[in-house]
Amino acid sequence: MQAPLLSMRGMKKRFSDVPALVDGSLELDRGEIHALCGGNGAGKSTLLNILMGFIQPDEGEIFINDTRARFANAKEALDAGVAIVQQELSAVPDLTVAENIFLGAEPQRHGFVDFRRLNHEAGELLKSLGYDIDPTETMKHLSIASQQLVEVAKALSHRNADILIFDEPTSAIGEKDTARLFKVLRDLASAGKGIIFVTHRIGEIFEVASRYTVLKDGARVAAGNIADITPEQLIEKMVGTTVDQEFVKQNWPGTAPLLEVRDLTCAPHFEAVSFTLHEGEVLGIYGLVGSGRTETLAAIYGLRQAETGSVSVQGRVLKGSGAGEALDAGIAYVTEDRKRNGLVLCAPVGDNLSLSVLSRAQKWGLLDSGRENAYIDKAVRRMRIHPPNARQLVRHLSGGNQQKVVLGRCLLTDPKILLLDEPTRGVDVAAKKEIYHLIADFVQGGGGVIIVSSELEEILGVSDRILIFSRGRVAAVFSRKDATQKKLLMAAV
Amino acid sequence: MRLETIALAKRYGIVLVFVVLCLLVSAVCQYKVIRGEWPENTFTTPDNFLLILYQVSINGILAIGMTIVIISGGIDLSVGSVLAFAGMLAASFATGSAGVTPWSGTYGIALPVLSALLAGAACGALNGWVISRFRIQAFIATLGMLLAARGFTMSLTEGNPISSLNPALRWFGTGRLFKVPVPIVILLIVFGCAWVLLNKTVFGRHVYAVGGNENSARTSGIKTNRVKIWVYVSSGFLAGLAGIVLTAKTGSAQTNAGSSYELDAIAAAVIGGSSMSGGVGTVSGTLFGALIMGVMNNGLDILGVESFYQSIIKGVLIVAAVILDASQRQADD
Repeated sequence: MQAPLLSMRGMKKRFSDVPALVDGSLELDRGEIHALCGGNGAGKSTLLNILMGFIQPDEGEIFINDTRARFANAKEALDAGVAIVQQELSAVPDLTVAENIFLGAEPQRHGFVDFRRLNHEAGELLKSLGYDIDPTETMKHLSIASQQLVEVAKALSHRNADILIFDEPTSAIGEKDTARLFKVLRDLASAGKGIIFVTHRIGEIFEVASRYTVLKDGARVAAGNIADITPEQLIEKMVGTTVDQEFVKQNWPGTAPLLEVRDLTCAPHFEAVSFTLHEGEVLGIYGLVGSGRTETLAAIYGLRQAETGSVSVQGRVLKGSGAGEALDAGIAYVTEDRKRNGLVLCAPVGDNLSLSVLSRAQKWGLLDSGRENAYIDKAVRRMRIHPPNARQLVRHLSGGNQQKVVLGRCLLTDPKILLLDEPTRGVDVAAKKEIYHLIADFVQGGGGVIIVSSELEEILGVSDRILIFSRGRVAAVFSRKDATQKKLLMAAV
Repeated sequence: MRLETIALAKRYGIVLVFVVLCLLVSAVCQYKVIRGEWPENTFTTPDNFLLILYQVSINGILAIGMTIVIISGGIDLSVGSVLAFAGMLAASFATGSAGVTPWSGTYGIALPVLSALLAGAACGALNGWVISRFRIQAFIATLGMLLAARGFTMSLTEGNPISSLNPALRWFGTGRLFKVPVPIVILLIVFGCAWVLLNKTVFGRHVYAVGGNENSARTSGIKTNRVKIWVYVSSGFLAGLAGIVLTAKTGSAQTNAGSSYELDAIAAAVIGGSSMSGGVGTVSGTLFGALIMGVMNNGLDILGVESFYQSIIKGVLIVAAVILDASQRQADD
């Protein structure tokens, strides 16, 4: 039998006494797409960071083509053929596409960068991948999806890269680009590369991967062929117990309007957007990236000034003067990117939770820590934040728990309307389920939810009604019983 | 156990550095006494420690204002110039020699003090307004104020100093309250107020949030522009206060007073653990940062170290403090 392309055995790593990896193992063959699965905090990132030479393991061995390898830094790993397509976009926004692709490996001539060769080679590379991207375009002018594709090209620009890591490459791009990316993945695999694919979307694993490895609590708990397993079984292995992905649906939307949006316009992002959210209703918004969904939510919340149109809560028209007014009117907003505009990462969990209700925890002009802690305890318990330690810094939490902190902060304001923008992105299966439960509880109490999501299953599962955004307009509205994946996709293009 | 030690060291490390520094200087002094080179140990005396606090008071007041600004994610380069402007204004209302400015004369104590505080706060408000309204980097906006306020100071008296001050005003620099020099009392009051402001008020928590992540703060319903303006008002107000104390201490207002004081204030805040990227810092850390700088100045003077070596040592210390901070943050991630 041929030796595997990559073999990691018994990897151990502790971070200041906290074990992140106790028995991390992974075997990767040439020509396969290997799904690396596990909830948040299962040790995936640690294992991959070791493979990329970012951190050193305490114990364990790495073999590449049966040769023992040890990477002291990222460059050594790259030289050995390990390349990554980052989850978080790592591009330099003010450089061109070509400069980004060859960052750190610019072709040179007499000690200067050879821009002609740089642009030419980048162009060839992009063309060979079937991407319609101009190599001389400045990175920041590209859409998020295109930027992600440039990241792929960048990883492939290392010609000897045999092992390619795709860490949640689809989390920021729409369905169409995902399909294109998967084609690239399959092409790469058939060209003999080994691909490690990390995603939180179970459906994608079954669509594109051929084998899987499941990590749980820092150890490999299962591995095998995708063909031999069902999605339910895989999820079970990841979380340990059976989790039905069924969405809880017990609410009966009322008829009393809660939020009315009339002719809201903010060119070029969205135009003449009108809809009504009722008591007890979950309103889904589906659309491709760049269709104006996020901008619309921001305008409803007052973070973005609309040119014309009105937003009213229970008949009272908002002036659009800012988040403070929206919060007072009973609107809370969970933003798309929790790290960039949801959390204060360098602050403790408690400070983040109480941020919007501090003025309610005052006594004689000073903060009353008793009252504040009561708020914090309530949120930590209600959201089941793990670890339940309010003094822990938020940036040390897993993605799912960070998202629960954002939601917790919003719910503490006792809102009537929740705006959720991609609330389950980068969140593990168990936390996802908890978030769905919270949505269900919230609408049962008479509140209204607007949820924006790029995941069709999610939007179909939770929504009572679905608005389709296309090019900044509401292109279609579907009721729960009429909506199908196909109809939604057709309307969104 | 080990984790607790690290957390403890992080929290009180600055105090430890301060104590070690004091012991070190005092040991060298004691050694010289034993060797018979010196008649007595002039460093380790109660009077000298009071002197250090007295010397530190101006920088301490400025550094506390600077800390609030740095926590909010900004910087205030104008405090030295604003200090001079406020000091000159105060002096012009409290001088025996008429005619330096059209209005100069002696007007009691309230007018000079209030005018200085108001002028400082107004300069700060202008800084904050420009920064938040036009979304200009604080570095640039306050650099502009640094130049402008210095220019205003000189234009007040056409470049001349103001002396022969009203003794009532001089009390703020040379007087004593319960045997403690007034500048020290003022520093401690400022410290107490700033501590309460940052730790016990909604505004203080908003300052940390705005510095930690302005977008998140805005989404959470915080009026970030208003927070920023008040942050610079505080810093300007304290610069005005420091201007009164300095003028009162020296007995005259000089046009070049307070030059490059902003750098010492930044140094104290940074040595005290404030992060230039915002969201992190404490006033108690800053107080010890200022004290460490004071002990170094005082101790090295006593030991007869030339001022240019002192400058080198301070430079190394500031960078070392930031390296320590950065390495701790890396260990965190």
